[in-house]
Amino acid sequence: MKSSPFQQLDLWARRTAPFAITLFVVVLSFVPLRLPAYFSVAPDFVLMAVFYWTVHRSDLMRSWSVFVVGLFDDLLSGGLLGLNALTLLLVHWAIVTQHKVFRGKPFGPVWAAFAVVATATNLFVAILAYALARAPVDMGALGVQYALTVALYPVLAWLLGRAQRAFLPVP
Amino acid sequence: MKRPGPMLRLAAPLKVLVHRFTFLALIAVSLGMMVLGKAEAPLVERVRVTVVDAVVPVLDALSRPVATVAEIGQKVTEFTDVYAENARLREENERLLQWQAVARKLEAENRSLRDVTRFAVEPQRAYVSARVVADAGGSFVRSVLVVAGTADGVAKGQTAVTGEGLVGRVGETGARSARILLLTDLNSQVPVFLETTREPAILAGDNSDRPKLVFLPANARPQVGERVVTSGHGGVFPPGIPVGIVASAGEGGIRIKPFVEFHRLEHVRIVDYGLDGTLPVSAPPPTPRRPGR
Repeated sequence: MKSSPFQQLDLWARRTAPFAITLFVVVLSFVPLRLPAYFSVAPDFVLMAVFYWTVHRSDLMRSWSVFVVGLFDDLLSGGLLGLNALTLLLVHWAIVTQHKVFRGKPFGPVWAAFAVVATATNLFVAILAYALARAPVDMGALGVQYALTVALYPVLAWLLGRAQRAFLPVP
Repeated sequence: MKRPGPMLRLAAPLKVLVHRFTFLALIAVSLGMMVLGKAEAPLVERVRVTVVDAVVPVLDALSRPVATVAEIGQKVTEFTDVYAENARLREENERLLQWQAVARKLEAENRSLRDVTRFAVEPQRAYVSARVVADAGGSFVRSVLVVAGTADGVAKGQTAVTGEGLVGRVGETGARSARILLLTDLNSQVPVFLETTREPAILAGDNSDRPKLVFLPANARPQVGERVVTSGHGGVFPPGIPVGIVASAGEGGIRIKPFVEFHRLEHVRIVDYGLDGTLPVSAPPPTPRRPGR
């Protein structure tokens, strides 16, 4: 049976939800929380969102979506254009190629995998930042940021899980 | 079982190939953009300010409730310290009253000396007050976004200050938004001097909360707690803007604690001092995955 234009629009909106939510997470991550030292240790919510959607709905979080998210983040942050896009693309690629590892796994191992991905991402960006701009790396701040990112992943994953159940069609 | 048709047999590998090609193409585009970004292409800046201009109203709306909650938190903290704060303010008030008397005497003396020497008084400076709506911070970059742009008279190179002191300078401007590079940013270099000894130096940001004082004369001996103000050298910042105090002076170099608490920035004043204020042409530092910032 052929669906009506409204049904098609509804389906399209639902299918773009992961991308739209991740873009919203990018914007949210720039909102100043006015907490001391938050500036340098803010958890990486965008990485969490990209990881979550790629693991759970890689069919709706394609590489071009990840690229646009990274680019959007780069444009807002004022840093080197393309760096976050490249980093997130590599994260996406790593998860997609290891998709069998994540399939059907309970939350614990997925969280552990996120910790590994976050470690690799932090190291990659720190090395690239030093190589490209001689930007000094504050290992203490980086460590706190990493710990916060890993610790807060379950919170964002829970919220995104709620959104997934509320909006998304079953694959 | 029915075997899949030839079209279907071809479609699956083709799909994989297209995905792989898309991924490689996007990686190549990212790398290309990094090269473009390093070269500071004007197109990159135009795209950046257009996107920031479009997002700033959303950030403005989102940052208001956060600011309100932060304000309530601050009020609760202040309420618990109200007695101690009152005693401190009384003491400060007494001290300020003494300073007021001194200031009035100096003002009168100044006026009379200006009359004698026909001193040309500096014109009043135009300024714009702008709300801070985004922390584009992180381990590698230090900037904030404000809701004021070229439509409000903001231009690249203008100085951003608060009542406490220097914040930084305008790095990029859109029609409705501007990016302020903080004085702690890696690319920030502010000509300053030590207020008591008038020894000149450069305050160089390194993305830490305590920027370094460099190019200080070898015989200079800065004291911890000494005030640092802009010197006006280089025509980027006007002289006399308070910057911070010497926080430490030792083996690790001289570190300055800025007067401005950057995490508390809610409004900044962007002042047009009529200086050239040209930003040095250098590539922006990479930002990490957010926080990346």
